[in-house]
Amino acid sequence: MTVCEEAMAELSEKLLTILSERNEFDTLDLSIELQFDHQRLVGAVKSLQSLGDVITCEQRNSKQWELTDEGKEIAEKGSHEALIYESIPLEGINQNELLGRVPNGKVGFSKAMSLGWIQIDKAAKDGPRVTKKVEAIEDGVKEICQLVKNFQIDKITDQQKNECKKRKLISEVKIVSYFVKKGTDFKTSVSKQEIELTADMIASGSWKDKSFKPYNFNALGLPPASGHLHPLLKVRTQFRQIFLEMGFSEMPTNNYVESSFWNFDALFQPQQHPARDAHDTFFIAEPEEAHEFPMDYLEKVKTVHSIGGYGSQGYKYDWKLKEAAKNIMRTHTTGVSARMLYQLAQKEKFTPSKYFSIDRVFRNETLDATHLAEFHQIEGLVADYGLTLGNLMGYIEQFFKKYGIKKLRFKPAYNPYTEPSMEIFSYHEGLKKWVEVGNSGVFRPEMLLPMGLPKNVSVIAWGLSLERPTMIKYGISNIRELFGPKVNLQKIYDNPLCRLDK
Amino acid sequence: MPTVGLKRDVLFSILGRSYSEDEFNDLCFEFGLELDEVTSEKEMISKEQGTDKAEGASEVIIFKIDVPANRYDLLCVEGLTRGLLIFQQKLEAPIYRMIELPANSINQMIIHPSTAAVRPFAVAAILRDITFTQERYQSFIDLQDKLHQNIGRQRSIVAIGTHDLDTIQGPFHYEALPPKDICFKPLNHKKEYTAIELMELFSTDSHLKHYLHIIQDKPVYPIIKDCNNVVLSMPPIINGDHTKITLKTKNVFVECTATDLNKAKIVLDTIVCMFSQYCAAPYRVEGVKVVSPDGSYLMHPELPYRKEIVSPKEINKSIGISEDASSIASLLTRMCLPSVIIDNGQSLEVEIPPTRHDVLHACDIIEDVAIAFGYNNVNRTISDTNCVAEQFPVNKLTDLLREVIAAAGFTECLTFALCSREDVADKLGKNIKDIPAVHIANPKTLEFQVARTTLLPGILKTVACNKKMPLPLKLFEISDVILLDKTKDVGARNQRHMCAVYYNKVAGFEVIHGLFDRTMQVLEVPNNDYKFIPVDDAAFFPGQCADIMVRGQNIGKLGVLHPDVITKFDLNMPCSVFEIDIEPFL
Repeated sequence: MTVCEEAMAELSEKLLTILSERNEFDTLDLSIELQFDHQRLVGAVKSLQSLGDVITCEQRNSKQWELTDEGKEIAEKGSHEALIYESIPLEGINQNELLGRVPNGKVGFSKAMSLGWIQIDKAAKDGPRVTKKVEAIEDGVKEICQLVKNFQIDKITDQQKNECKKRKLISEVKIVSYFVKKGTDFKTSVSKQEIELTADMIASGSWKDKSFKPYNFNALGLPPASGHLHPLLKVRTQFRQIFLEMGFSEMPTNNYVESSFWNFDALFQPQQHPARDAHDTFFIAEPEEAHEFPMDYLEKVKTVHSIGGYGSQGYKYDWKLKEAAKNIMRTHTTGVSARMLYQLAQKEKFTPSKYFSIDRVFRNETLDATHLAEFHQIEGLVADYGLTLGNLMGYIEQFFKKYGIKKLRFKPAYNPYTEPSMEIFSYHEGLKKWVEVGNSGVFRPEMLLPMGLPKNVSVIAWGLSLERPTMIKYGISNIRELFGPKVNLQKIYDNPLCRLDK
Repeated sequence: MPTVGLKRDVLFSILGRSYSEDEFNDLCFEFGLELDEVTSEKEMISKEQGTDKAEGASEVIIFKIDVPANRYDLLCVEGLTRGLLIFQQKLEAPIYRMIELPANSINQMIIHPSTAAVRPFAVAAILRDITFTQERYQSFIDLQDKLHQNIGRQRSIVAIGTHDLDTIQGPFHYEALPPKDICFKPLNHKKEYTAIELMELFSTDSHLKHYLHIIQDKPVYPIIKDCNNVVLSMPPIINGDHTKITLKTKNVFVECTATDLNKAKIVLDTIVCMFSQYCAAPYRVEGVKVVSPDGSYLMHPELPYRKEIVSPKEINKSIGISEDASSIASLLTRMCLPSVIIDNGQSLEVEIPPTRHDVLHACDIIEDVAIAFGYNNVNRTISDTNCVAEQFPVNKLTDLLREVIAAAGFTECLTFALCSREDVADKLGKNIKDIPAVHIANPKTLEFQVARTTLLPGILKTVACNKKMPLPLKLFEISDVILLDKTKDVGARNQRHMCAVYYNKVAGFEVIHGLFDRTMQVLEVPNNDYKFIPVDDAAFFPGQCADIMVRGQNIGKLGVLHPDVITKFDLNMPCSVFEIDIEPFL
């Protein structure tokens, strides 16, 4: 307990004693009566009030004359004019020297002159010389200030009051006081309040006899020291979880550098396709070309592009290995799907499979609020005998249901490696319109049959970006706040749990 | 996806009724189109160039419609409305036919061997007795432009020239000549220029300058002339002024030159199928005999009608519906694929018209059945494909570690895999020649010159963007770096790294050291299985860097960054870090 707290407890008890004698008091009246600072008295009343129903308080507003800082000084030391008078020695004093001796000397000098307390000899040889004119003075201003200080304002005339007000020695202030009465739990003694329970109190059992200060539930707690996962990757975790719940295995997508062969050619994407333009794709200067391909398969890919086969017309163009060998930063993760399906086809017996991946892909874009040169692609695929377009829509529906989206519809679309192809639209309750949320389709026979997959095996697949649903989820309009160095760390610190279905 | 802008009122008048925006949207959606924007010429100009420039522009409402990239037949109002009307069963698909001419017809195009060096293929056709109006003429020009941009790949693969046939006389010669030997009056110009002068002239033309590179550096330029040496065009740059088409033109000579014959044929078929509608004999196109350098010849346009046999049973199975053969046939007919039942309903014979070059395989026919049936009318079901799911081990380990590191008070960053050469070399006191980095050939900005070989620069850049945050900053990332690796088929591989950074008024090396100890603890590596070997590294403060050896293997480094590194990343506080390869812990 500090000295200050002790003094406060003492005051509190004193107030309670007064209250038990008088039953009621007004804090302002009491402060005058006890010659005690009103604010401290109010503080003590407030602390009694926080104990519960020991006292009751009623707020009162009133006006009161108070000394200004200058007034307070005068009440203590005397008025400026009195100080001037006191500072003049018997033989008199040079005027400038006098003014330097006393604070507010100029005011005091002119007052003392007009009161006729002092006189000045301007012709003196060392400059103007001041001497006392009367033998004794009565410092009326000081007396008035002392009266105000002692709450004896009624002893001052209105003229004096106005004079002091004009000299800014007193001012009228609004005073909030409290009218205090006994409460239902009134008692004359209060023990000091403990802030919190300690181990010592438990050990000694002293907590039983102590009263505790109620916790302020309106204040904020202490923020815990904490690390944080990145918001976008929290969403990634949830999407991984959804796929795992649906029995999909994760594909090894840790190969950002991909050959055009796996990224495009294997997917029956012709070599003149705009996506293969340097405008859209990052090509690689070093290592410029891939140097190893499954050559049997590559020949079949070449054939299906240039002259067709497997029931297809093909694209009828001169397919070049040179073009297929070009390395790129992969533009989608579907190149990995192609590698996985090719591996699946090499197994002795085809086993139905479900795969997913969520990983980075790259586009040669200039960065703006909605475009990044890299983003995450989410992809799911099922390979089995006799899959239908209805199955694809069924899987997509289940997938999005887990994401909290129930209203879906599908739009015909074009994609070089899927047929049929469907854009996935969901109804956005906030925007009140259908928005595109992903793409899907059945992989073309021209892609699957050259790999050696059985003819009656279908592969259905869908994909979406990780960033777009995350931006919608968290209401982020600038993608650079989500991915890359310009992220706002405070937003990461403040990011809520990621519950996609909420 | 190409977008075509069509006047709403023209569109509705051809479709025979008007639609509300929502109704039209739904019709498009069902058919696989997308009403992208409703606008007007005035709105477009004011959006692009400012309202004052739009003064006086047309306020006619334009629908901008997204068309699938392989449906060239939907790139003009003629084709798009034809497709929609047939889809709605309000119109029967027309039959497009070539009118054969006697073999001695003067309407021949002779391809000279010299073209092989620059643009070897050409095809041609004639639209006879056509009637243009302002609208039709504009659409004719717009379609050529769309075809140039899309299948023609900015004219590099296919370029189209259309000419008033009555101003010229066959046979036509397609040859390639040195630029100095070419001289003609180009379209909408008043005097003649040599090809050399033309390239100079057009180098400042905002439209044509984009095509010059296609032939610029070739020793010879392609040129088409008539029998009197009148220049029709210098593909793929410009037509001659002499053969200019006007609204009065009755007979149109269409030529397509190309580096890909198949695409040239598709373009020619598309143009004549769309615009023969306005000929005196609708949907009839007059052939042109195209003679190859080897003397063989073919009549063009081919306008092929191909037949594909499909099984209704297979179609039902693929989509997940059960429609009978005749219903499937009528669905296909709505998609411009007239079909007849054969083999007692076991098969359908589908006729693929010359407007549907996108149909390559039976699966394309299946898609059209599904579209006509309505994707959203198909039952959505799950297959009984039972699999036991497995996580990819390195991703599983990554996710487990991320949780632990975040629980230790560090905050996760997500930074780009591409960065500048400076980021991985100069700024870290290294020479780029010593860094096994993958280099990008065509980055649009300096930010994406190489694939990162370390996670550190990305995190330091994140710190630099967050300098106003209260200290200390404790950040980490677990993600892939990319390294050259000759043993891989593509010559590079990813490696999963973990990097942690402590940024504060004091270096706080013990904090980073402690986090590393904690990492080893959760990876069950006992204290005596790892040690730090002091090492000099330009990125680190001298004497405050060590190689991290785990069971004799060097997995990374830890230490206090060199003040030069800190300054180069635009930072001003000390910083301690570690970065390790986590793949040894798999």
